[in-house]
Amino acid sequence: MSTSPELINQPPAKLVIDHVTKSFKSQRSSLTALDDVSLDVSEGEFVCLVGPSGCGKSTLLNLIAGLDTPESGTLASDGRPITGTGRERGVMFQEHALFPWLDVLGNVLFGLKLKPHLNKAERIEIAKYYIELVGLGRFIHANVHELSGGMKQRVALARALAPNPRLLCMDEPFAALDAMTREQLYADLQGIWSKRKKTIIFVTHNVREAVCLGDRVVLFSPNPGRIREQFLIDLPRPRDINSVELAEHATRITRALKPHTVQTVAE
Amino acid sequence: MKRSLVAFLFFASLIALWQILVSAQIWSPVLLPPPLDVARYLGQAISDGSLLEGSVVTLKRLFLGYVIGCLIGLPLGLATSRSKYLSDTIGVLALGLQTLPSVCWVPLALLWFGQSEAAMLFVVIMGTLWSVLIAVDNGARSLPPIYVRAARTMGSSGLHTLAMVILPASLPFVVSGMKQGWAFAWRSLMAAEIYVTLLTGYGLGHLLHFGRELNAMDQVIGVMLVIIFIGLAADKTLFSPWERFLHRRWGTTT
Repeated sequence: MSTSPELINQPPAKLVIDHVTKSFKSQRSSLTALDDVSLDVSEGEFVCLVGPSGCGKSTLLNLIAGLDTPESGTLASDGRPITGTGRERGVMFQEHALFPWLDVLGNVLFGLKLKPHLNKAERIEIAKYYIELVGLGRFIHANVHELSGGMKQRVALARALAPNPRLLCMDEPFAALDAMTREQLYADLQGIWSKRKKTIIFVTHNVREAVCLGDRVVLFSPNPGRIREQFLIDLPRPRDINSVELAEHATRITRALKPHTVQTVAE
Repeated sequence: MKRSLVAFLFFASLIALWQILVSAQIWSPVLLPPPLDVARYLGQAISDGSLLEGSVVTLKRLFLGYVIGCLIGLPLGLATSRSKYLSDTIGVLALGLQTLPSVCWVPLALLWFGQSEAAMLFVVIMGTLWSVLIAVDNGARSLPPIYVRAARTMGSSGLHTLAMVILPASLPFVVSGMKQGWAFAWRSLMAAEIYVTLLTGYGLGHLLHFGRELNAMDQVIGVMLVIIFIGLAADKTLFSPWERFLHRRWGTTT
């Protein structure tokens, strides 16, 4: 089949973040969002960035996605420095960011149409594959506003996956969803991740979510944004967010988070 | 079914009210002719072809000017929304000229182009252009930035983003801007036709003007009705399908 090379997994990306600093200056104040942050992500790894708001985790994700540039330090994916956005790094936002003027298929096709070497039939075949993968095969021609919040994020996931990126950046993608929808998506995302073998950087403020999904949880602390501690999560997959072992891991991380929170309050 | 019945009854009672006012003989029949006289005029004007000819002449001028106005206004509006310099220059110019009632272009157009089709075209374009430009500019400006960010992560940039993201995303504003432009073009053309007699073709405005000259109130009211009808028909055929599409896709309810 002609599309098969497109559906084969490429060797996943390796991401190197080297002494990155980024601050935001307004007229009154300057905020150091990231202060000398270094992080290596290995191929196929699922890394969760966790921390209170303002700790720079989303800033780091934007830098990885190439939507923003660091003040100092370098980022490289697959050994090539990141200088802007690129198809090899897919992004999923907290807001679904789907295009309301396109239907589900049109949204998933958007990124594929920017890949030059595919013809129309191949693009549609690939888009359908990903729409099926996220479980929305019956909604291929639905309008965006007809979908529930969870379904919209599924389409956004399909859209981010469709151009076959080597790295997937997810910025609190499930934060705005209700608990039941979220739990279903944890299971589905783990299934999709095991099938598609992407390297995933996942930003969240929910420790349990991070433990449920990540191979590694990177804990950030704010003012200035720094990596505080890292935890390897070696629980077997697929993981259930309600399991006792998972809760124990989450408690351990929450404890590490706490002294810091208290300290900021005391300041 | 019920809705069309209500609409029918409403307009029928309007005509009945008109007939009652005529029968009450408050005004001279020269000033307020009965509905039947107006209908008779319309029937005669349709059969001798003068009404059809007038409508064709008017609509031809309107379409040509309107299309040119949109073709210039649309890309300019997109451009002013993306560039500070263009917005400070062309944007401000457009805002200023838009406040100028388009009939005010008529004296200038006459002096520049003489009593010609070019003068008509100029007035219609001026009526269309600025309001389309400003509506598109406003629309493209109020877009959620997340669309462009999402498009960038999928490899879109520059002209592709403009054509495939910003333009379709501002479609609701574009359509309402084009609708407003249509209304302005229609008004300015009518004003120009009443104002200026062209030998190259008598439009509906001219028929209205001749009606006044001849003190033929049935003609005046008849042509006014035709003008209203064309405006309604344009709205229903040109813009309603677009609006229905937008409502369906965007999920805004009517």
